[in-house]
Amino acid sequence: MEKLFAGVSVPVNDEGYLTDFNAWNKEIGHEIAKEEGIDMTEHHWKVIEYLQQQHKNDVPLTIRRVGKSGVVDIKGFYGLFPKGPLKTSSRIAGIPKPASCI
Amino acid sequence: MLILSKATIDNVYACFILANGARMEGIEAEIFFTFFGLEAIQKKKLEHLKVATVGNPAMHMPTMLGGLPGVEALATKMMKKEMEKLDIPPVDEFLEILTASGVKLWGCKLAKDMFHLEREDLIDDLDGILTVGDFYRRADREGTHMLFI
Repeated sequence: MEKLFAGVSVPVNDEGYLTDFNAWNKEIGHEIAKEEGIDMTEHHWKVIEYLQQQHKNDVPLTIRRVGKSGVVDIKGFYGLFPKGPLKTSSRIAGIPKPASCI
Repeated sequence: MLILSKATIDNVYACFILANGARMEGIEAEIFFTFFGLEAIQKKKLEHLKVATVGNPAMHMPTMLGGLPGVEALATKMMKKEMEKLDIPPVDEFLEILTASGVKLWGCKLAKDMFHLEREDLIDDLDGILTVGDFYRRADREGTHMLFI
């Protein structure tokens, strides 16, 4: 499935997650954030960068790990992305939906 | 809405993971700690919860063996080690995560009185002590699910 973000057609799965991280850019991230109802700030982007870095290093993401990252604590993470922080932020970051239960 | 009535570590974790998992999906979650479940929010006890080695067929060990001194502690230690590998936090840290995630934690008034507990015996992050009626009133919203553990 392809979806148009910021004038570019990118491959996504049925939940709207990018299936190719290389197709991601910041404008696409902005468009996805808009869909999720999130107004991106500097702090949001710092979290996104952290998630992308972890993804590149093949580290599985959990809420606990993000909370210990030093980028944001758990309360702050929920504050930035209230409707399910890990899944929303991963979608904006262009990385797969974390298959984590914690 | 989750009701935790037991204090064996497998039940406590099932409850915490369900509550945390709900929040991760953007679903509201609250836990009502009643009866033995209160042990999970007692300052002095929450770090010493154990897996049941007696009367638990899933342990695959003879009941007599499960009752020997040290077996329960050993099984608990092994289980905690496996959990740590999966990035599952210990009980005290898990309670902090639940609070930070916006999960409401409630103690059961009747059980608290029955075990002669004071408010100070329970964790500071507790949102309050409720009667069963108070709890039902909190649950009185469309789409609420109740799970008894």
